[in-house]
Amino acid sequence: MTEAFPHATGVRSDRAPAISADHVRVGYRSDPVWTDATFSVRPGEFVAVIGPNGAGKTTMFRLLLGIQRPWSGSLRVFGAAPRRGNPRIGYVPQRHTIDADSHVAAEALVRLGASGARWGVGLSPARDRAAAARALEAVGATPLAGKPLSTLSGGELQRIFLAEALVGDPEMLLLDEPLSNLDIRRARELVEVVHELVLARGVTTLLVAHDINPLIECLDKVIYIANGRVASGPPSEVLTSPALSALYGAPVEVLHDSRGNLVIVGGEDPHGGENG
Amino acid sequence: MTSDQIPFQWNLVTDLRTMWEFPFMRNAFEAGTMIAIVAGIIGYFVVLRRSSFAAHALGHAGFSGAAAAVLYAVNPVYGLLLFTTGGGALMGLLGRRAATRDVEIGTVLAFMLGLGLLFLSFYNGYASEAYSILFGEILGISVSGVVFTIEAGAVVLVALALVYRPLLFASLDEDVAEAKGLPILALGLIFMLLLGVAITIAVQIVGVLLIFALMVTPAAVAVRLTRRPWTGMLVSVAIALFATWVGLFVQFYAQYPASFFIVSIAFAIYVAVRGGQSLLRSFAPRANSTPPADPSAATNSG
Repeated sequence: MTEAFPHATGVRSDRAPAISADHVRVGYRSDPVWTDATFSVRPGEFVAVIGPNGAGKTTMFRLLLGIQRPWSGSLRVFGAAPRRGNPRIGYVPQRHTIDADSHVAAEALVRLGASGARWGVGLSPARDRAAAARALEAVGATPLAGKPLSTLSGGELQRIFLAEALVGDPEMLLLDEPLSNLDIRRARELVEVVHELVLARGVTTLLVAHDINPLIECLDKVIYIANGRVASGPPSEVLTSPALSALYGAPVEVLHDSRGNLVIVGGEDPHGGENG
Repeated sequence: MTSDQIPFQWNLVTDLRTMWEFPFMRNAFEAGTMIAIVAGIIGYFVVLRRSSFAAHALGHAGFSGAAAAVLYAVNPVYGLLLFTTGGGALMGLLGRRAATRDVEIGTVLAFMLGLGLLFLSFYNGYASEAYSILFGEILGISVSGVVFTIEAGAVVLVALALVYRPLLFASLDEDVAEAKGLPILALGLIFMLLLGVAITIAVQIVGVLLIFALMVTPAAVAVRLTRRPWTGMLVSVAIALFATWVGLFVQFYAQYPASFFIVSIAFAIYVAVRGGQSLLRSFAPRANSTPPADPSAATNSG
């Protein structure tokens, strides 16, 4: 299923796509994760990536970051093949190696987003400090700058990670499950911060989520990954019973509750683990 | 030791001057100072990367190397260096997950100690060599040993300065560092090699069994007390230097092994900081975990 539903959300459609995937196959060893994925993302779009566990949501990010290569098909990021260390992409992984009782200040981590890839002895930290301060301000985390990471709440930590990804002024953000472990209020607050970045800076943003509901009002597009394939389009087109049933090849129901929240029944693997 | 008759004057200046009249004490202080600086800095990364058990295990690998060197009448430092850097390279190549896998490390560690014991049983000489490798014997360090220590320490410090920020980034946030294009595996390998060299020189003071006290404890305290990597390393070095200097000083006048005092001072600082911090925490509960008490409710109930 491809880009069948152009829509108007202030996104300019005359520019080259930020991401274009054409019949991409990929997997680990001999196990395919994507058997045939075709989709595209335009610059400045806010995209939710959802789907059952193990469908290949994190795989998508690994492909875009150039950490993993497709088996076949073509994948382009800003018109070029993905490469590791692309400064145009900011990334927030699902897990961080950071020690839970690390007393390193939030600002020190954010600053590494600017300086961490530079070798040798650094003599002018002033520019990195300024870049870190700008990134912290952009996510509303200036008051957290001096606090140790160990004292931050889950929502505060996600803001710091977002600032770390933002510090080089990337044109694309890849956020892997930033909302998991946040209660609904904190999740909505974080989505608001991300949405403001998308609107103010035109950053193309892909956000992997388990639950679409905190996001649904801000989204330009949904990429739904299941069954080795990908469906993409505006939420109203993709998140329907017929569209998802076609993707899975089995009946899937999309239900709406009284507040407009979506529930997808039949698609999720109830015994699935946490790996996306 | 020659210092049997040296009386303690209760005057720090005279006591230090007396002590430094002995060349072996000057050697010990020179080597000890370099070792404390290296151990304090690399220890900060050991704690950040949670690979303190790997550091411990490398010391044990070094023991079997040193024992083999003794057996073949080679300077034990070369055996140490070969086995710690070899073991470090192996662990580095297996990746960071291997460096935090304690069952595998523990298994190899026990085997290495046993191997060292076997080498020593072949050796017919006096076992003091083994004793000094296990527990450290800094007063016995030769001038060439001091030179080796300072050269090896300088290599570690220069190399760490060159990889400082990428190593810090990879230690704090590996996945992001990898996405930024940093060579994670190579950084891990470099780190483990440098750790092997650092352990080789540190073994001269505290021995393989007490390597934790210099390599991990000062940094563990520093990580708790500081928020900036730079200040963390400075505090870590300061603690390691303090423990080493006091340990050497006390050994000279009191004839107890320096290793014991170094370990005890590091331990005392660690206990004091941990205790002090939990005491502070019990007086000032975290704002976001406990709701503020309602003062009116308290007065009403009284």
